[in-house]
Amino acid sequence: MSLQTPLAKVKGLGSAKDGTHHWWHQRLSAIALLPLSLWFIYSVVSMVGADYMTVVYWIRLPYVTVLLILFLVALFYHALLGMQIVVEDYIHSEWQKIACLILVKFLAAVGALASVLSVLNVFFGFNA
Amino acid sequence: MAEFTLPKNSKVKKGKSISAANGASNTRTFHIYRWEPDSGENPRMDSYEIDLDKCGPMVLDAIIYIKNEIDSTLTFRRSCREGICGSCAMNIGDTNTLACTRGIAEYKGDIKIYPLPHMQVKKDLVPDMTHFYAQYASIKPWMQTQTPAPPDRERLQSKEDREKIDGLYECILCACCSTSCPSYWWNSDRYLGPAILLQAYRWIIDSRDENTGERLDDLEDPFRLYRCHTIMNCTNTCPKGLNPAKSIAEIKKLLVTRAM
Repeated sequence: MSLQTPLAKVKGLGSAKDGTHHWWHQRLSAIALLPLSLWFIYSVVSMVGADYMTVVYWIRLPYVTVLLILFLVALFYHALLGMQIVVEDYIHSEWQKIACLILVKFLAAVGALASVLSVLNVFFGFNA
Repeated sequence: MAEFTLPKNSKVKKGKSISAANGASNTRTFHIYRWEPDSGENPRMDSYEIDLDKCGPMVLDAIIYIKNEIDSTLTFRRSCREGICGSCAMNIGDTNTLACTRGIAEYKGDIKIYPLPHMQVKKDLVPDMTHFYAQYASIKPWMQTQTPAPPDRERLQSKEDREKIDGLYECILCACCSTSCPSYWWNSDRYLGPAILLQAYRWIIDSRDENTGERLDDLEDPFRLYRCHTIMNCTNTCPKGLNPAKSIAEIKKLLVTRAM
């Protein structure tokens, strides 16, 4: 039981003075993903049935490498921001929430790094 | 985690059915949520069939008729009966609205009435508004200035500036919008909800107020403001035809603007 006034409960720990950055970056990454994902889907579909080397040479085109890396970074960043919202919305136990937020951030970092390195690997031709 | 089922003692059971139609032809059945805090029993849905020729045209007329003529234990709030006090906000036919401004004829078939969703219920259709009002108090809903008012007249506002609070000052704080918002259902302990954010914007955009920045500071929070995910239930349900979602979007725009 708490004898705090209703207003004290509402005011809580005060404003975090944060959230605008998150909200704005979620929009920015969404704007970036719109053309990038359309381009990616179009490119992959147009290469259906192509052989391995065709795809490798496609990835090695400098503009494709750049766009692919941009696409992957935007994708994981956007997913991270979105997952953070889902966790904050639905997980109400404080330690579970913090654990999930850490997990989401680490997974996004690992995913982004691994996929970008994969593209660079093909670009520099280490195993093609 | 969020809970998607009601706890055992909150499951709604079937209640009693009372027909007060007495063979009349113009009848309607109202299914009304009932819960008595002192009985220790689960909530139940009672049904009342009434003769519409004996009561007024609005849903509020029907529940007043039920209370006066059939079952005086039915408990609900009402006052102005003209959509300005916000007391009779409830969930009617699956939408939050004011019982006094909704005609019975607007609904087809039986009419289901529940208290505002996801609020603590005090009795029957009466929700506990304590937290909602405390949230309203937290945004300091009064004019804040450093400059003293002119000694000889009121603070002036241009016609254009006055128009900026159109669509905001009409809010009657009935809580229909906030209690229709899933984000408010899950996180109302920290999220202020559409009604309070619309009210906050009403003071942010008021040209006479001098604490715009402080007001934005207080709202800039992942939970207080940014739990709004533009679901738009608030705007759909507002019985006054206002647009709380737009107010929230405007607050977000101001926060981005001052950061750029």
